[in-house]
Amino acid sequence: MSTTFEYAPAPESRAIVDIKPSYGLFIDGDFVDGHGEGFTTINPATEEVLAEISEATDADVDLAVHAARKAFRSWSRISGAERGKYLFRIARIIAERSRELAVLESIDNGKPIKESRDVDVPTVAAHFFYYAGWADKLEHAGFGPDPKPLGVAGQVIPWNFPLLMLAWKIAPALACGNTVVLKPAETTPLTALLFAEICQQADLPPGVVNIVTGAGGTGRAVVAHPDVDKVAFTGSTEVGKAIARTVAGSHKKVTLELGGKAANIVFDDAPLDQAVEGIVNGIFFNQGHVCCAGSRLLVQESVADEVLAKLKTRMATLRVGDPLDKNTDIGAINSAEQLAKIRALSDIGEAEGAGRWSPACDLPDKGFWFAPTIFTGVSQAHRIAREEIFGPVLSVLAFRTPSEAVEKANNTPFGLSAGVWTEKGSRILWMASQLRAGVVWSNTFNRFDPTSPFGGYKESGYGREGGRHGLEGYLQ
Amino acid sequence: MSRTDVRKTYKLYIGGAFPRSESGRTYLVNDASGRLLANAAKASRKDARDAVVAARKAFGGWSGRTAYNRGQVVYRVAEVLESRRAQFEAELAAGGSSGAEARAEVDAAIDRLVWYAGWSDKIAQVDGSANPVAGPYFNLSSPEPAGVVAVIAPASALLGLVSVVAPLIAAGNTCVVIASEVVPLVAITFAEVLATSDVPGGVVNILTGEVAEIAPWLASHMDVNGLDLTGVTDADLARDLEVAAADNLKLVRRAGVENLDDSPALDRMTRFMEIKTVWHPMGR
Repeated sequence: MSTTFEYAPAPESRAIVDIKPSYGLFIDGDFVDGHGEGFTTINPATEEVLAEISEATDADVDLAVHAARKAFRSWSRISGAERGKYLFRIARIIAERSRELAVLESIDNGKPIKESRDVDVPTVAAHFFYYAGWADKLEHAGFGPDPKPLGVAGQVIPWNFPLLMLAWKIAPALACGNTVVLKPAETTPLTALLFAEICQQADLPPGVVNIVTGAGGTGRAVVAHPDVDKVAFTGSTEVGKAIARTVAGSHKKVTLELGGKAANIVFDDAPLDQAVEGIVNGIFFNQGHVCCAGSRLLVQESVADEVLAKLKTRMATLRVGDPLDKNTDIGAINSAEQLAKIRALSDIGEAEGAGRWSPACDLPDKGFWFAPTIFTGVSQAHRIAREEIFGPVLSVLAFRTPSEAVEKANNTPFGLSAGVWTEKGSRILWMASQLRAGVVWSNTFNRFDPTSPFGGYKESGYGREGGRHGLEGYLQ
Repeated sequence: MSRTDVRKTYKLYIGGAFPRSESGRTYLVNDASGRLLANAAKASRKDARDAVVAARKAFGGWSGRTAYNRGQVVYRVAEVLESRRAQFEAELAAGGSSGAEARAEVDAAIDRLVWYAGWSDKIAQVDGSANPVAGPYFNLSSPEPAGVVAVIAPASALLGLVSVVAPLIAAGNTCVVIASEVVPLVAITFAEVLATSDVPGGVVNILTGEVAEIAPWLASHMDVNGLDLTGVTDADLARDLEVAAADNLKLVRRAGVENLDDSPALDRMTRFMEIKTVWHPMGR
C-alpha cells in the first residue's frame, strides 16, 4: 500500500542548539566536575556522540544534598509570593527558549520534533506557571492552615519525557518550599543540564536546584541519602519496589510513578475513525515510551474486524524516521538497550502464537528503530498482554460484554490509565467507575495538563503529580 | 442459690462469621492484675489468608454502595455501640480501666464513628477536584477506596480499634484487622456490634493473636492494597513489614507518634484512597 501523500524532508534546524563537548554536575549554583568515570550521551537516531557527561559519585551526591540542605534554610523561609516569582521566571524563560529545548530534547531522546515542540515543552512551561501560582496559596490547598515543606527532595526521572518529568518533579517541590537534588536519566541528561542554565538565568538562589547526572548507582545514592526527606521517582515498577524497600522504616515521604499496561477499550457504538486515532495516539505517541500507553486494545468482537482494518490502514500512513523532521510521527527508540527489550518481547509474542503485523516501512540504517507493530489473537496469558513493552507495540484482545471488558482491563497488577470509546454517556461513567486506574480517558487518550492529577493504582505506584493533589507529596 | 454464668468463647471474626482459629490455638488473656479473663483465639497464617479472601470478596459490593448508604451503616454501628455501652464499659473495666475511663473511652469511640460516618459522602467533595485543563475537556478527580487494607490496631481496646477501622470502611475499603495483642477481647465484642449493624460480612475482619506472627503474612500478601502500621511499636518489625509491603507496592501508613484522644484524622481516610481522574472531550 502506498501512502496517501509523499512528503519532502522538512527538517527542523539544529543550529539553534549549542551542545557543549562536555557537561559537569550542577551543584550549589555552579557546574562542577563529577568524580565518577563519566559517560557519553548519544543521538539515538544517528548513534552520534553528543557530549561527555560527568558521573556523580556518592560523595558528589552528598555535596549536592548538602547544598540543597543549606539552601533550604532560606528558600523555605522566604514568602510564597517571592518563591512563586522565581517559578514564574523559569516558566517564562522556558517559553522563550522553547524551540531550543524542543530541538535538544528530540536530539537526545529521539522523539519527533512535533511532539517535543507541541506537547513536551509547552506542557513544561505550563507546569511551572501553574505551580508558581500555588506558592503563595498553600494555606488554601486543603493541607491545613500552615502547611510546611518537607526539606530536601531527592528526585529520579526517566528518559521518556526528560524535561517534562523534570518539571513534574521540580515545580511542585519548589512551590512548596523544598529544595531538590534531581538525577536525570543517563541516556537523556541534556535538557536537564540546559534547565540548570535556565535556573542561573532566573537567578534562582544557589542550591535550590541541584542536578546530578549518572546511572543507577547515582540514583541509589540520591534515594538512600539520610538527609533526603522526600523521594520522588518515575520509572520502572522494579526500581520503584527497590526504592520502597530502601526507604522503609525511614522518615522519607515517597511518591512513585511506575509502569502500566493500559487497556484502551473500544465498544461497538464508538465513533470508529476517532477511536482509531485514539488507538494510534495511545500506543505510538512517543514511540510507545509512555508509562500510560494504551498498550492493550480491547475491542468489542462485533467491530473487531472493522477496527483492525481501519487501524492497519492508518498505521500504513505513519512516518517513521528523522526525529527532527516536522512530518515524522514516530522517532527513534531511545537506546540500544530499550530496542533489544522491545525486540525480545515482540519475538516472545510471536513465539507464543500471536499474529504479528507491521506496515511496510523503511527504517534508517543507523540508530535505533522499531516499526509500529500490532499483535492479534492475543490472550490474557501472553506475556505481551501482561508485561510493559515500552515501545510501539500493541496487543489486540477482544471482548463481548462491558463486564468482560472491565474484567480484562483490570486483570493486571498495574493501574495507571485506561481508555474507553463509546457514544453512550452512561456506559462511559459506569466504565470509569469500574476501571481500577488513576486516569481514565474517555473518547480521548494521552491528554496531560498541569491541573490534572496523574498517577496510578496498585503496582503503578503511589501519590499523584499535577493539580492540587500534586502538592501533597511535598508538604508535611 | 447461685447461678453459674454462661461464659463467652472469644473467636475470630472472618467473613461475617465467628470461627475459631483453624490452627486450634488459643492464648491466655489476663487483666491488669494478672487474673485470667479468657482464652483468645490465636490466629494463624491460614486465618489471615482466609480473612483477606473474605475482605476481597466484600470489596466490590461495599465500595459499590452509595456513599450515603455507607455513611448510614457506619452511623448504625455507632447506634448499636451506644445501645450496648454498658457491656463495653464492663469489659473495659474488667481489663483494668476505671469506671470513668471506661465511660470516656466508649463515649469517644461512639463519637468517632459518628464523625467518620458523616465523612463518607463528603470526602469526594473535599478531596476531589474539578480541574480546569487548558483545552476543551471535562476533567474530574475523585478519591476512591484502594481495596483491602491490613491494619495492626493500637493497644487501646475500643477507641484504638474504632479509630483505625471507622475511616477505612467509611471510605469504602474493606479490612483485615489484627486486634491489640494485649487487649483483644473487646475487639471481638465489637465484632458482635459490627455483625448486627448492617455491615456486610467480610467488610471488617478481626484477628486476635501474635502481631509478629500474623502481620508479615498480611504485609506480603499480594491481594492486599494497603497496610496501616498504627499499632506496631517495634521499629524493626515496622521496617520489615514496610519492606514486605513493597512486593506489590501497598499503600503504607507508618506508625507515628499520635494521641488517639486528639481530634480524629482525615488522612486516615485519604491515605488509603486513590485519586481517579476522568477526562472527556467537550463539543457540539
